[in-house]
Amino acid sequence: MKTITVRIPTPLRAYTHGADEVRAEGATVADAMRALGDAYDGLLAQVLTEDGEPRQFVNIYLGSRNVRALQGMRTPVAEGDVISIVPAVAGGRA
Amino acid sequence: MSNFARARREQDLPIAAVMGASDGRGILAAVGNTPLIELPMSVKASGRTRLFAKLESVNPGGSIKDRPVARMLTRAIEAGRFAGGRRLLDSSSGNAGISYAMLGAALRVPVTIVVPGNASRERMERIRAHGAELVITDPIEGYDFALREAHRLAHERPDLYWHCDQYSNEDNWRAHYEGTADELLFQLAHQAETPPDVFVAGVGTGGTLTGVGRRLREVRPDVRVVAAIPETFPGIEGLKPLGHPGDIVPKLLDESLIDERIRVTLDDAVAMCNRLTRSGLFVGPSSGAFVHAALELAARKEYRVIVTVLSDTGERYVSTGMWSGARAPSARRSKAKRH
Repeated sequence: MKTITVRIPTPLRAYTHGADEVRAEGATVADAMRALGDAYDGLLAQVLTEDGEPRQFVNIYLGSRNVRALQGMRTPVAEGDVISIVPAVAGGRA
Repeated sequence: MSNFARARREQDLPIAAVMGASDGRGILAAVGNTPLIELPMSVKASGRTRLFAKLESVNPGGSIKDRPVARMLTRAIEAGRFAGGRRLLDSSSGNAGISYAMLGAALRVPVTIVVPGNASRERMERIRAHGAELVITDPIEGYDFALREAHRLAHERPDLYWHCDQYSNEDNWRAHYEGTADELLFQLAHQAETPPDVFVAGVGTGGTLTGVGRRLREVRPDVRVVAAIPETFPGIEGLKPLGHPGDIVPKLLDESLIDERIRVTLDDAVAMCNRLTRSGLFVGPSSGAFVHAALELAARKEYRVIVTVLSDTGERYVSTGMWSGARAPSARRSKAKRH
């Protein structure tokens, strides 16, 4: 199990009690996102489809790379990695 | 001088000199006067309701933002805001930024745009192509952070920047009051012989809803003004959800105009955009949201004429993957397989 940091975009901080980043554990991006969902009720449905893939207009970055360009949700993570949840919507709220 | 020598000489001249006097009037004249098109709807779903929309993607900057930016910029030039080489500064998620950059280039006004780092690549590259400066903010902190950064820069360097501030600039809504709304009324008089019963828009800066809503209400006091409200995450480009604690409400938005708010998800908006492609229209998600809300209203069978705006082009969203789910009809694919 690797401990990684997940950066939370402003519209989703209501689910993390205001935290802009949280810790999660797992061997892959999917594991880390599942752990995030277990810790913060309702958050995962905002980010992933029922199939566990990023929703349209939602990007998940591992470091500076979009996981869609890596191995998707099966991309392995290393200790200390940073995952960022970034909407592909720049205007509008927050 | 031989023709060859003249041609060589012209190559050495600045492009503005070759093209003639470039005072920007040509491109300013191309802003607005967009077509009003009637959108097809099934009679079963809509009864006698007719739905019309202003096709704003035909503006030279590809979006409705050309209208307020043209007015804000020309008024600022007339007021001498750029004396001493000051730059126009504003925040934008892209469409207004493109309009500022394009018209700034045409009118020789240097432009700086603060934009979140998750603005689509198409937008960033067009803003840069026109020679504007980009200040890119952390996408995790969202659009409001970019907005605050623009305020901070303007406050710290008033000698360097004039902050246009599309969220409070009165020329924003006035561009829609005098332009968009009057065009709409004129075109509807010819195409439907009546002012609209309902106007559907969204709230980004609030300029369109406030300007068009005010003008329509003067002509028809009982016109119903409906705001399409996006889900909070991931949201719909350019639309504010309003109503949540911490949401920024644009200063120029006249909320008293809004009779009804219809919630629209991003999935609803994108599905409608895909549906509109079958009518030959290629528009962005906010346009899809407006048409989705308009069809919900049409289904009530209470209105004769509903109007809305198609704010921008779908080409601006290719890099977001928005169109990657759009496919040819399955029957067509099956036929192709047989070959």
